[in-house]
Amino acid sequence: MNDSALRELADDQSSRKRFFKMLGGAGAVGAASVLIAACGDDDKTGGGAAAGGAAAKTTGDNTSDLEIVNYALTLEFLEATFYQEVLDSGVVKDPKVGDLAKTLQEQEQEHVDALTATAKSLGGTPATKPKTKFQDVIAKGPKAILETAATVENLGAAAYLGQAGNIKSKDILAAALSIHSVEARHAAALNELVGRGFGGGGGLEGSLPDGAFAKPMDMAAVLKAVKPFLAS
Amino acid sequence: MAQSRPVAPELATIEVHGITREAFLLRATLAAGAAYGAMSATPYISRALAQDGNGDVDVLNYALTLEHLEADFYTMAVKQVRGLGGEEKKLAQKLRDDENAHVDALTATIKDLGGKPAAKPTFDFGGAFADRATFLKTANTLEDTGVSAYNGAAPQISSVEVLAAAGGIVQVEARHAGLIRLVRNRPPAPLAFDKASEMKAVLEAVKPFIKA
Repeated sequence: MNDSALRELADDQSSRKRFFKMLGGAGAVGAASVLIAACGDDDKTGGGAAAGGAAAKTTGDNTSDLEIVNYALTLEFLEATFYQEVLDSGVVKDPKVGDLAKTLQEQEQEHVDALTATAKSLGGTPATKPKTKFQDVIAKGPKAILETAATVENLGAAAYLGQAGNIKSKDILAAALSIHSVEARHAAALNELVGRGFGGGGGLEGSLPDGAFAKPMDMAAVLKAVKPFLAS
Repeated sequence: MAQSRPVAPELATIEVHGITREAFLLRATLAAGAAYGAMSATPYISRALAQDGNGDVDVLNYALTLEHLEADFYTMAVKQVRGLGGEEKKLAQKLRDDENAHVDALTATIKDLGGKPAAKPTFDFGGAFADRATFLKTANTLEDTGVSAYNGAAPQISSVEVLAAAGGIVQVEARHAGLIRLVRNRPPAPLAFDKASEMKAVLEAVKPFIKA
């Protein structure tokens, strides 16, 4: 059997470079100009739409790409911060779990960096890192940590899916999709690791919580779900 | 209408047509049918066709062929691969069932469009089932490729409903990839940003598996 072509397809060494290529080749300027041409409502929605601002709009269609990017950025901040605090806490002793947490932290941080750059490229102000409260979860130990991670990653995947149809710029969409499937990978592995099995009945538990066809979540539902982790 | 275009029975035919925006669009309508149920896919498909007036049932069939490939791969694996642990076998069965669900939904969607679903090709997976490790490695590659195929096609879709539905499929492919990778002690995501592959590249890559 010769699957070398397949393997070549599946392997890629420069994902960050590719991400920015999606955003318009020479840099994010291309994406920005495409977006400005495509949707004139960006000026009105303003540059500083952080999660709070995005939360006010729950119907997708008139949500600007910048709002969506900042919404995603807020979720990525949440995930990156969680993994970072878990690593810093030293609570996780199992090296296999520790390695995974480190990998996930790095990837979420890359998402943070990329989305921050994307928000800027759209002429906006990137959402700022939200104040989080993961201390209670972390204090409960590795099992609670992994379960929370599994739930949050399922949430992240559902959140991206919920916005896919709302993104106006094809470049931003391509970029979002490249993150969406990574969140899904994280989610499946973590849910399996915590022993939740495939699931399939909906909700945020299980490696395949919606069965063969994943379901989206809108901003309001996602923000409600992450609220326990946000310090007011 | 679009449905009158000849159905391409084989991948080679699709390659001749190349990648068009309409092709991607219709590829995604399969996902709409899958996600919302074939019976309710009609409005999405109608809208899609109304937008570009060029039905690419052959592309739906291209997608069906890929889904057949995955479904067949796991069907054979469940029967043939020796040395799978209980949980691993359960996973292979689950992946088989998911891919079959995609095949069924796709087939129904093509019929709904008035098209003729492509016959299931004969696949040859060579030595992929020789042992546990080879099977898992091949599954890993297939799922990663599936993710990249959908990610590559999705931005070409112009109907938001169809796009959302296509996203529901790629997320499941990504979850499959994550699960297989976990079994292989690999990080669930090899990269922070998943790759997007063009249809032509995917077709070239899966060609060795298609016997007839």
